[in-house]
Formats: sequence, C-alpha cells, structure tokens
Amino acid sequence: MTYRREILLALIILALVVGVGLRAPAFVTPSSLLDVLTDTSCLFMLALAEMAVLLTRGIDLSLAANLALTGMVVALLNHAAPGVPMAAIVVLAIVFGAALGLINALLIAGLDIPPIVVTLGTLAVYRGMIFVIAHGAWMTSKDMSPAFLALPKAEFLGLSSLIWIAALVSIAAWGFLNHTSAGRALYAVGGNPLAARYCGIDLARQQLRVYTLGGAVAGLCGYLWVSRFGIAYSDIALGYELTVIAACVIGGVSIAGGVGSVPGALLGALFLGVIVNALPVINVSPFWQMAISGAVILAAVIVNSRSERQHGKLILPEARRKAASVSGGVQS
Amino acid sequence: MSEAAASSRYSVADRAPRTLADFLLRWETILVALLVATVSVNSLLTPYFLDVDNLLDATFNFSEKAMIALGMALLIITRDIDLSVASIVALVSLAMGLAAQSGADTGVLLVVALVAGAACGAVNGALVTGLALPSIVVTIGTMSLFRGIAQVVLGDQALTKYPEGLLSIGQGYIGANVPYSFVTFLVLALVIGFVLHKTPLGRRIFAIGANPEASRFSGIPAARIRFALFVLSGVLSGLAAWFLTGRIGSTRPNIAQGWELEAVTMVILGGVSIAGGSGTIPGVVLAVFVLGLTTFGMSLMNVPGIVISVLLGLLLITVLAAPILARRWINAWR
Repeated sequence: MTYRREILLALIILALVVGVGLRAPAFVTPSSLLDVLTDTSCLFMLALAEMAVLLTRGIDLSLAANLALTGMVVALLNHAAPGVPMAAIVVLAIVFGAALGLINALLIAGLDIPPIVVTLGTLAVYRGMIFVIAHGAWMTSKDMSPAFLALPKAEFLGLSSLIWIAALVSIAAWGFLNHTSAGRALYAVGGNPLAARYCGIDLARQQLRVYTLGGAVAGLCGYLWVSRFGIAYSDIALGYELTVIAACVIGGVSIAGGVGSVPGALLGALFLGVIVNALPVINVSPFWQMAISGAVILAAVIVNSRSERQHGKLILPEARRKAASVSGGVQS
Repeated sequence: MSEAAASSRYSVADRAPRTLADFLLRWETILVALLVATVSVNSLLTPYFLDVDNLLDATFNFSEKAMIALGMALLIITRDIDLSVASIVALVSLAMGLAAQSGADTGVLLVVALVAGAACGAVNGALVTGLALPSIVVTIGTMSLFRGIAQVVLGDQALTKYPEGLLSIGQGYIGANVPYSFVTFLVLALVIGFVLHKTPLGRRIFAIGANPEASRFSGIPAARIRFALFVLSGVLSGLAAWFLTGRIGSTRPNIAQGWELEAVTMVILGGVSIAGGSGTIPGVVLAVFVLGLTTFGMSLMNVPGIVISVLLGLLLITVLAAPILARRWINAWR
C-alpha cells in the first residue's frame, strides 16, 4: 500500500500552514497549532466513522444528528443527577450513540432499505427528538456540573484530552481496519460485493457492525461537543454531516466504496480544520469559509478521480488510436 | 411452455398474474391510502382543515419545494442526485436581488432566475457527465460553493428591494384563491409526467437509470440527457427561487436552507427508487400532498415545526419499511 495521495495532501496542508504563518506568525506557534488539533478532534473521529461506512458503499447522514441528540441526553442526565460519575456519562454516551446507530443498522441490514434513505429519515427524527426530550429548552453550561465540563479542558502531557481521545480512536480505527479480518471485510464488501459474498463475507453483518460503531463514535463526540462548548440544543452541529463527508472526500475516500485510508480521512479533516482556523487569523471574513470548502471539495474529487481512473488495456492498435483522439468515451 | 421454448437456451417465463396483494402493495395505492388517512385524521382533529381557502393557502408552503422535487425525481431515476438545489435557490435569489437593485422588473427577474438556475445546473452537469464524477459528491461540493458565494456577497445583510409585481406573484392568487405557485407546480407536473411516461425521451430516462451501460450500447446519448436533467433541475430551482423570493420579499444567505433533503424526501416517499430506473410522477405528486397536508394539519394544531419533522422522518421510514415487512409476511404465510 502506498500513501502517495496522503503525502501530497500532507504537503498541501503544510504549505497552507506555512503560507498562513508568513502572514500571521502567531498562527504557527505550537499552542495555536494544538488549538487547531483540539478544534478538529471531533471531525477526526467522525470522519473515521463515516469512512468506515463509505467503505461498504453506504453513507450515514445521521451522524451529526446522533451527536446532537446524544449530547442533549447526557446533558439532561447531568442536569437531573449531577452526582453520576463522569465515567458512567462517557459510557452512556457511547452506548446511546451506538443504539441510535443500531437503529440505522437494523433498517439498512435487516430491511434492505438504501442507507441514504434510512439515514435521511433518522437524521430528521434524531434532531427533532432533541427538541421533544428537552421540551425545546437549551442546556447551557450553567445547567452542567463542573466535572461534566472539566473533561474536555483537561490536559495530559501538554495535549488536551480531546486530542488524546481522537488519537486513541484513530489508532483503534487503524488497527481495526488494517489488522482485523472484520476491518478488511469492510473493504471487501465495498470493493467487490459479489466476490465478497463468494468469500463468505456477509454484507448485512458488516453493515450492522459499521453503522453501530459509527453511532458509538458519534455518541462519544456528542458528549465531548456539548461539554466543550457548554451548550446543548436542537441545532448544534447542524449540517455537520456534510462537513464530515467532505473531510472524507478530500482525504481520498471513495464515495463508491472500497477505497480509503485512516491517514487520508484524518488529513482530510485536518485540511478543513486548518482552513476554518486560519481564515480569521489572516483577516478573511468567515463568510468565505463555506465557498472555500465547496471549491476544495470539488478540487479534491476531481484530483481523486484522475488518479483513481483505471485505464483498461487496449490491445488493438486501432482502438488505441481512437482512444487517443476521443478522450472520455463511454460513461462508466 | 412449448417444446421449442423449453429447449431454447434462454427461456423467459410469462409474467406471473397480478394478485390482489400486488395491487394493494403498489406504491401509489399506499400513497392514496395515506393521503385519505391524512385528510380524515386532520379533519377529525380540527374543523379548520377541510376548508378550500385554507387548503389552497397551505399549498404556498410546499409548491416551490415540489417544483424542485420534480427535477430531483428525474435525476434520481437516472441514478443521479442533486443536493445543491437549495443552494441554487440562494444563489439565484441573490442574482435576482442584485438585478432588482439595478431596476429590473418582474419579467426580467424571471429571466435572470431561469438563466442563473440553468447556469448552476450546467456547472453540476458538466462536472458529473464531463468529468465522470459521482453526482452526490459533486453536488455536496457545489452545495457549499453556491451558498458560500451568496454568503460572501451578502454577509449578514439582506436584499429586500423587490418590485411590487414580484411580490404579488409570490403571494398572489389566480382567480379568487388559487396561488400562482401551486398552478405552476401542477402544470409542470403534468408536462414532466407526460414526457416521462408517454414519450421516447421518458423511456430513455428510465433506461439510463435501469442499466446505464446497456442504455449507452443501445445508442441513448446518456451523458447528454443527464447533463440536460441537471440543467432542468437548476432551472426548476431557479423558478422556485423566483416564487420564493416574491413570497417572502427578501434574500438572505440562509434562504431555503435544508430544502435539498425535503425535496429528496418527497421523491423517495413518492416511490422513486434511489437505485434508479423506477418511479412515477403521479407518485411524487401524491407524496407532495401527503407531506404538505400532514405538515399543514399539524401546524393548524400548533405542533412545532421540528416535531413535525420527526413525524415526517418516521413517516418516510415506516412507509418504506411497511411494504417490505408485509411482503415478507405474505411470503412466509404462503
């Protein structure tokens, strides 16, 4: 496995950081760069979760809604029972997120409804449920216990706990996807579903696993998001599902399944994170952020498709000549 | 089966006779039942529901989205999707706002809207068919790009200077009580339904979705048709923007936010397969009414919008899951 695309993306990010640093030296201080990582940590984890789903030719549009609902659930629990220990809250967030993911998984794997349709439906349901369970109220940092708010601000060896958690999740994802048969099976069902079936790999089982795991990650991020920003209401991380998919696309994950790497997804997320954090530093209005990320997504998908395109071997000289004169040809 | 057919290498069985279950599980039947249920439940719950003026006024809230859904239906039938439609509405509304500031009247604004929408659609179409990129990724990109441009130009400002004519189209009625936007939607549905179901072009659109390679081999200009459908989707979004801008009388960067998912919901609930190759315009129109009237009925009962969206999400999943479960039970029972 070569990481040519990942190295290229890393160099682009480096050039971006250096470029911003030339105009605003404050941006390249270690503490400022670590802030970028801390800000991006949820995006790192969600991009990995989304990548695992994309590998199986699926898509999960409900990750951000899952995050917001789980965040509200743990915030409400903390408000009602401030004495519940933090470990229990974190475990609950993971389990609750996994349960929401399992609902997707059962509808997708059990009933064979297309993932985009199921998660489009659950996206609306999960987001609306936030309003329902909180009766439209907002939970702010005043409603949360100090211990609840402390975890994301904790530091260990100079790095924020968010960076540590994102790193652990990344290592776990890397080990799972590259060094377990269950992880390789995700690439198999996405790369060639029929061949995977003949090898005895059950698509439904992979789907169950991957949507549930994705939900668990979203749940964890839900707690982290709410406790970091000290607020929970129905619109947190609104539209973030598309940012997550954008990070994957920039990182070279194929929406058609079977292609994607952990470093790629992480770099894709980092790229967006650097842009979001760099714009205010170089005095570009934040209104530019959306247009820039759109342009970047388009550029990334064009570059990726150029490098991914597999040319069939043309045997007859006549066909070769034709192919040279007509670039493109039959749509794939 | 005759001997010749039986000994032939390939044999194609006759289609199994239609059973009652087939008819009952037909998508349009389910939607009609759902529509009847929606109307009866709502009229039992509130006396203000079954009122012609009220019902026609309710169409203001979904006619623009429904126009967009018609274009989306064609794209999904050909295995494409356009998630940038709501952002096209924002960009078109911006173009209209700028044109209106320099004194364009209602007719000119319509031209501006249609041309700007077509241009956005052409960008999508060129990227998808010209560069052979997956439409979902391209339109996620242009979704950010188009709305992003509107955001860069508008910032936190709003454009509110529109001619009276535009406002009276967006908020006005044909005759006593039929909104312009609703009539436009119905006419468009008739035309698009006719083209899709009764013309060779319509058959080609289904063929592209059912089997892209086979369609190409049978001489269908698939790339050109798909490009044209993206342009059509842009034009319909532009038209929706024209009505919407007139109805609310202002342009903000967040105009029509989230409409792409609502339009997709209308199309899928209408029975168009996300895998392409099947679906009907009558189904989409029925789904538009089911969603629109459910929303209207619940808002009459002061249900908050976000709670309505929970119910619509549940409705979408239930309506998709129910026939699958029903078929399984019927098969197990046989």
